[in-house]
Amino acid sequence: MAIPIGYIGRNLVARRLTTTLTAGGMALVVYVFATVLMLSAGLQKTLVATGEDDNVVVIRRGSQTEVQSGIARLQAGVVESLPQIALSGDGRPLISKEPVVLISLPKRSSGKSANVVIRGVTPAGLILRLQVKLVEGRMFRPGTAEVIAGRSIADGFQGAGFGETLRFASRDWKIVGVFDAGHTAFDSEIWGDAEQMLQAFRRTGYSSLLFRLNDPSQFDAVKSAIENDPRLTLEAKREKRFYAEQSEALSRFISYLGTSISIIFSFGAVIGAAITMYASVASRTGEIGTLRALGFSRGAILTAFLLEALLLGLIGGVVGLIGASVMQALTISTTNFQTFAEIAFSFTLTPRIVVVSLIFALGMGFVGGFLPAARAARMKIVDALRAA
Amino acid sequence: MFVPLLVLRNAFRHKLRTTLTIVGIVVAIAAFGMLRTIVDAWYAGANASSSARLVTRSSVSLVFSLPLTYAQKIRQVDGVKEVAWANWFGGVYVNERNFFAQFAISTPSYLDIYPEFILPDDERRAFLADRLGAIAGRKLADKYGWKVGDQIPLRGTIYPGTWTFNLRGIYDGADEGTDTSTFFFHFDYLNETIKRQYPGRGDQAGVFVESIRDADDAAAVSQAIDTTFKNSLAETLTETEKAFQLGFVSMSEAILLAIQAVSYVVIVIIMAVMANTMAMTARERYGEYATFKAIGFSNGFVAMLIFAESVGIAVLGGLLGIAATFPLASTFAHTIGSILSGFKVSQQTVALQFAAALIVGVVAAAIPAWRAARVRIVEGLRAIG
Repeated sequence: MAIPIGYIGRNLVARRLTTTLTAGGMALVVYVFATVLMLSAGLQKTLVATGEDDNVVVIRRGSQTEVQSGIARLQAGVVESLPQIALSGDGRPLISKEPVVLISLPKRSSGKSANVVIRGVTPAGLILRLQVKLVEGRMFRPGTAEVIAGRSIADGFQGAGFGETLRFASRDWKIVGVFDAGHTAFDSEIWGDAEQMLQAFRRTGYSSLLFRLNDPSQFDAVKSAIENDPRLTLEAKREKRFYAEQSEALSRFISYLGTSISIIFSFGAVIGAAITMYASVASRTGEIGTLRALGFSRGAILTAFLLEALLLGLIGGVVGLIGASVMQALTISTTNFQTFAEIAFSFTLTPRIVVVSLIFALGMGFVGGFLPAARAARMKIVDALRAA
Repeated sequence: MFVPLLVLRNAFRHKLRTTLTIVGIVVAIAAFGMLRTIVDAWYAGANASSSARLVTRSSVSLVFSLPLTYAQKIRQVDGVKEVAWANWFGGVYVNERNFFAQFAISTPSYLDIYPEFILPDDERRAFLADRLGAIAGRKLADKYGWKVGDQIPLRGTIYPGTWTFNLRGIYDGADEGTDTSTFFFHFDYLNETIKRQYPGRGDQAGVFVESIRDADDAAAVSQAIDTTFKNSLAETLTETEKAFQLGFVSMSEAILLAIQAVSYVVIVIIMAVMANTMAMTARERYGEYATFKAIGFSNGFVAMLIFAESVGIAVLGGLLGIAATFPLASTFAHTIGSILSGFKVSQQTVALQFAAALIVGVVAAAIPAWRAARVRIVEGLRAIG
């Protein structure tokens, strides 16, 4: 026969202060644990969502990022003539040849500088990135010193807001529009006319090429065509894969750091749970004796105390998760050390994180409650009754 | 003598509970110290930099280089003693995980400007004599087990191809703060190869480093350099080496702030655990407190007993935690290798750890002490644990 759940729950209510403190400690640990996972998930989501399945990015072989890459016009011409590239309505290949550079701009919040991506795009580049939508102003006019800024950049950097003017490459650039790229990496970029950018930055070649496949299954064919051509020193990657790789180091750093911090913190919370449960057992020695005398088995006692500890962990886990879910409103902006450029991303709560955090919380309760529960179960009826 | 003994006996009445609490505090205080040390290490590069050195880079951003001809013009600026230049190489050693900084440097001017890199005379001569020569910091060489004479291949990400260098020397730092995890080789070798392979791409320096005669003139000299190149095709931005390094640190500011915030969260967690311990302890002893009061001790005395016990346990845990931080930090520094240089527990960190332990002790005792002081004798005597 099992001890009723109501009895277990009321034990926690009876010691309100202790329960609050213990569950509160656990809640903080779960909060830290969950927010770190959310941060890592948010970063991955931002960069993975940036790519499209049938788009291909071409950069110079060995250069891991667009900024490090360089593609001569001649090489770009060779790639452009590949038969696997989809055609637009007017029969021209859907390929965007883009210069990408970094400029350092001061942040609005701190006045400190960070690197921002400036991308020169072509009309094809806009068709290839359908997730990008203007939310304010208008598109830049080709052939002018006009640019449009991603939402995170417009909000976060001095001079990058709608109607403001930025000075770089010895020219003044007017921000004529702000675009929303649906929480992708493009939100942290400034876009202008590709030819204007090449001239302004005195570049003779492009940084990267982006094109759409006329058939997604043609990727391997196009990849080997590019990589085996002796005239080209380029490599091709699926756009999704390209952006996912750019978040690897930062995302790994965040999750390593976060996991080790959470594990260390959980020691404290487990100890808190153990202290509470030991005290709970000690102060109820007489009660335990009575329960045993009434015929409850050792197993039932063990289960009851373990359930109490698990309940404590569950309360902590739920409270911690509620706190963490509030963080979803926040956006973090930091430098991705792989691309050396600023990237904005938000905390993202996924179902997996909810499950993992709750398991983590229950685990803390279980570990903290096991020894005290075992002690309660081992008590001899006579001794326990006499202790009361 | 009676009071301290009473507090001590009280503290260890529940050996298991007190031990668990102390272990919790040790873990928390050590974790707090570690996190603060990680943040400090981030700033170590900036702290170790000299204020008598300036760094000139392109005003657009670091990825734009400057014409090598600027060196002559910078040298003519009043107050500049010596000029050197360097290019970030960004090569990959074996695979992407082995990250360390590599610079192509002007020789010997760069080494002259950085006297804190201590290189034995024969190794210095060997390095200068070998066009394919390179030198590595002690920490870096230890991490990969390099010896003088080894060949080190780097796969270029900015400069295509595989570049193989001969390790001609291993330098040490003049003091603990000096970063010895960087790899240097000859700028001339890089430049000539680039010029041969990609005509028109060479003769560009990533940054110029200047030593100046008087550190107090840093602002004026910086401005003079930038004015020289104003309205040219490549405008410059000159700042002290420290400001330059802090610029890098501020890029990761969001992460650093998060680590700092988390380091305080751990203190709050342990505060909850400690407060819980004290609350339970006090609740069990209401009867005793009432007895004390009945025989004439004041409310303040009872409160003091609880405070002394709580602070005693917290400080004991805190001291053990501080002691544990040092071996932890050195193990951590060893594991993580060359990524963070100057990983050292500072005095300020130790002071903060101690203060945190003290605060935990005081805060944890507050509610139980207040309750115990207020408990009426009759109620207290009636209370059962």
